[in-house]
Amino acid sequence: MGYFELIIACIFVNNILLAQFLGNCPFLGTSKKMETAIGMAMAVIFVLVVAGTITWVIYTYILVKFGLVYLRTMAFIVVIASLVQFVEMFLKKSIPALYAGLGIFLPLITTNCAVMGVCVLNIDKEFTFLQSLVASFFYAAGFGLALILFAGLRERILLARVPKPLQDTSIALVTAGMISLAFFAFQGMV
Amino acid sequence: MVESLLFLMILGAVCGLLLSFASKIFYVYEDPRIAKVEGLLAGANCGGCGFAGCSAAAQAIVNGEAPANACILVGPENVSEIAVLMGSEAGAAEPLKSYNNCDGGKRASDRFIYSGLNSCSAVTSLYGGKRDCSIGCLGFGDCVRACGFDAIHLGSNGYPVVEKEKCVGCGACETACPKSILEVRTVSQRLLHLNAIDDALAPCAQTCPAEIDIPRYIGHIRNGEYEEAVNTIREKNPLLLACGRVCPHPCENFCRRGIEDEPVSINQLKRFVADMEMNSGKRLPIECGPDTGKRIAVIGGGPAGLSCAYFLRRAGHHPEIFEAMPKLGGMLRYGIPEYRLPKKVLDWEIDGILNLGIKNHTNVRLGVDFDFGSLIASGFDAVFFSVGAWNDYNLGIPGEDLDGCFTGINFLAKIGNDEKVRLGRRVAVIGGGNTAIDCCRTLLRKGVDKVYLVYRRTRKEMPANEVEIVASEHEGIEFVFLAAPNRVVGNDDKQVTGLEYLKMELGEPDKSGRRSPVPVKGSETILDVDMIITAIGQSPLLDFRGKGDRLDGLSITRWNTFDVEPATCQTNVPYIFAAGDSATGPALVVDAIGGGRKAARSIDLFLKGKPVIPQPKAILNKHIPGTIFESVDGVVQKKRTEMPELPVAQRIHTLDEVDLVIAEDQARYEANRCLSCCRLCYNQDKG
Ligand SMILES: Cc1cc2nc3c(=O)[nH]c(=O)nc-3n(C[C@H](O)[C@H](O)[C@H](O)COP(=O)(O)OP(=O)(O)OC[C@H]3O[C@@H](n4cnc5c(N)ncnc54)[C@H](O)[C@@H]3O)c2cc1C
Ligand code: SF4
Repeated sequence: MGYFELIIACIFVNNILLAQFLGNCPFLGTSKKMETAIGMAMAVIFVLVVAGTITWVIYTYILVKFGLVYLRTMAFIVVIASLVQFVEMFLKKSIPALYAGLGIFLPLITTNCAVMGVCVLNIDKEFTFLQSLVASFFYAAGFGLALILFAGLRERILLARVPKPLQDTSIALVTAGMISLAFFAFQGMV
Repeated sequence: MVESLLFLMILGAVCGLLLSFASKIFYVYEDPRIAKVEGLLAGANCGGCGFAGCSAAAQAIVNGEAPANACILVGPENVSEIAVLMGSEAGAAEPLKSYNNCDGGKRASDRFIYSGLNSCSAVTSLYGGKRDCSIGCLGFGDCVRACGFDAIHLGSNGYPVVEKEKCVGCGACETACPKSILEVRTVSQRLLHLNAIDDALAPCAQTCPAEIDIPRYIGHIRNGEYEEAVNTIREKNPLLLACGRVCPHPCENFCRRGIEDEPVSINQLKRFVADMEMNSGKRLPIECGPDTGKRIAVIGGGPAGLSCAYFLRRAGHHPEIFEAMPKLGGMLRYGIPEYRLPKKVLDWEIDGILNLGIKNHTNVRLGVDFDFGSLIASGFDAVFFSVGAWNDYNLGIPGEDLDGCFTGINFLAKIGNDEKVRLGRRVAVIGGGNTAIDCCRTLLRKGVDKVYLVYRRTRKEMPANEVEIVASEHEGIEFVFLAAPNRVVGNDDKQVTGLEYLKMELGEPDKSGRRSPVPVKGSETILDVDMIITAIGQSPLLDFRGKGDRLDGLSITRWNTFDVEPATCQTNVPYIFAAGDSATGPALVVDAIGGGRKAARSIDLFLKGKPVIPQPKAILNKHIPGTIFESVDGVVQKKRTEMPELPVAQRIHTLDEVDLVIAEDQARYEANRCLSCCRLCYNQDKG
């Protein structure tokens, strides 16, 4: 698979939110306001690139080497969680401006299944280091795209007359389902 | 088995160690309350509060950006615990209340017709709403629906009406309103807000240096709600009795009615309600915010000092005034004479301000009786300078040291302080400003035979208030225009016997278009007088500097005033602020009051550890573009209420107050002349 196909696949065809249904809780939680959505998208891109590559390194050079592949999930959880905490502390002290922009979204990602999912996918698909770097970045970009699209829609939904029982999260889930259907049109492209 | 256990232990240990090191290395101080508040939140990171996660919400609550009940998941016990946590430092938190800022409603003109939309936020997203006015109320009542306490309804005029008793200050209406019509604020937030470019401001309110909400208090007078009128004025101006008497009312120059008719007599209405409160014998209660325990030294108890102390006290701080003269009031007491502002009235007003719990020390002069170092040592958190402009300029002509020569402020302060002054029979007062005129009129009342006012230019250029000039003309003061004093003539006893001056003529217009006077050669004339008062301007007296303390580092302008950032009143020493005449040079009482409030806002920020920056979008008395009209439709001519005065024959022999207060029916009539303007819309006269 060439890099171009990989990129298209990561962003559209296998969109982590709308095709694989991973990371739905921040998707609903932070899509109320465009500003928040953009912040979250940036934070996810940042964390995924770091997490995707580090977990690949740990998997290939430690787990495989010592025959501990069956500990993958546990190891990844610990590594991702500590990594996010570390990055948060580092940013807060060293780059306060970036922290103010991203920081508050970082802890949310600790438990984000999209991050975990992408790391696992990188391994399952037997990507090389470079491939997993590219894939991590573009999966995250796909996450951001879906989140920002959705935030735009939700800002508009606020203005519409929605029947009482369907207001807020319910209508958001219905809408998410429909965008997801739309994304299924990409199926089979690569 | 063993190696997997080993691996997990090592991984855990490495991660744990790394993180604990990192938390040491990358430690940043954080308000401990944030962690405590976060512990009381639901921890679901659901985003229901509108913040990105619980820790962000906790941070916002501690910073005062979100209310204690921001989290939608936790129950009332946690909310009250959070409230206790937040309030434990500052005493009981000051209540928030919702205020409506727009009373345009249906009278505002429309630009578009929308069909089918029925929410304010929906129309806002389509070209900002139907009104011509970009900030006004849209009238679909999103706030009404948002309020969970039934405290808001849409009034018959098409804008929301808040019922103060029901409002709990939750802020839902402010969030729901896509404009900023409904603002949920504490009293101190409102007091310290400066007029901004997107506020609902009438032309007069934009012009007022104290930023009083003029149409609102006139509206109260129209409805007979005199107490509310007083309270509305007090939100911006604590010296309403004094201003109601001596203010030259720059607001009236921009009154919208004034474009087609005579302007509304705004200041007489202020004096009417202010006098009403005083004569009623009881003071209206003034609320103050919860105590903060911060102390501020206010140097100089003139209008700027009193105003700053008043606003700081109302925000919960503890100002203390240090005043060089025997009594507070500054120029209000020692400059402006009794017949314009009776001391009895001034005393009543100052007592009302001090009653809020403001300490004052009189007869202590900074630099003489105490020094700056001892002030700081006694634990003040900030210092505010309002020492006024008490240094009279001299003419620099020969003979100025003869017996019988005085300077303006010096003379007036002596009279104001009931000191004996040996008066002449025929007096020349030099200068064309308020000080000169006040000297003339005071002399006349003290029984002097003849008073001349000697001025370099003509009547048109006189900087004194027009009403003052007219009054002194009525009282028989003789004006000598186009005269430049040249020499004071004296006799052998070193007594003044005359003033020699050169006649002037107006020369060619200079670059600014003003024709400056040039002396006519050989035109020396002697005015036969035995007393001379020079009142040609003042500058601040800053002789407490130069004693080798922090004050020497203060930067001073070339006019000998404090060099302050005009939008914050902060000097180059961060904890020193200055306003009033000592920062602007001689100006008006209202300027000093507005300056005092502006400084109070900055001092409040400073004491709370926030950066002292200018309020974004503050207009600082510039006009909002497009709100000053060329012509006004629907105005029917109605005579302006005349100012009642004491007859000339009666007044020139006493120090009784000259200007009198208007009667209640006149006040109601005058209030009805007001068009209740906002930026664009106003009420047209009927019939
Ligand atoms: C004669 C005259 C007539 C005026 N008429 C009008 C009018 O009709 N309308 C109008 O709007 N304005 C008028 N003004 C202007 C107005 O009075 C001033 O602009 C205003 O009072 C300025 O207020 P302030 O608080 O800055 O200073 P001030 O009122 O001058 O007060 C300064 C105070 O600081 C004290 N002080 C000075 N140095 C020290 C020190 N080292 N230590 C302790 N205390 C100190 C002084 O004793 C004084 O009490 C007039 C001014 C004068 C002189
Ligand atoms: S008519 Fe009333 S509101 Fe309008 S500018 Fe004059 S005083 Fe102010």
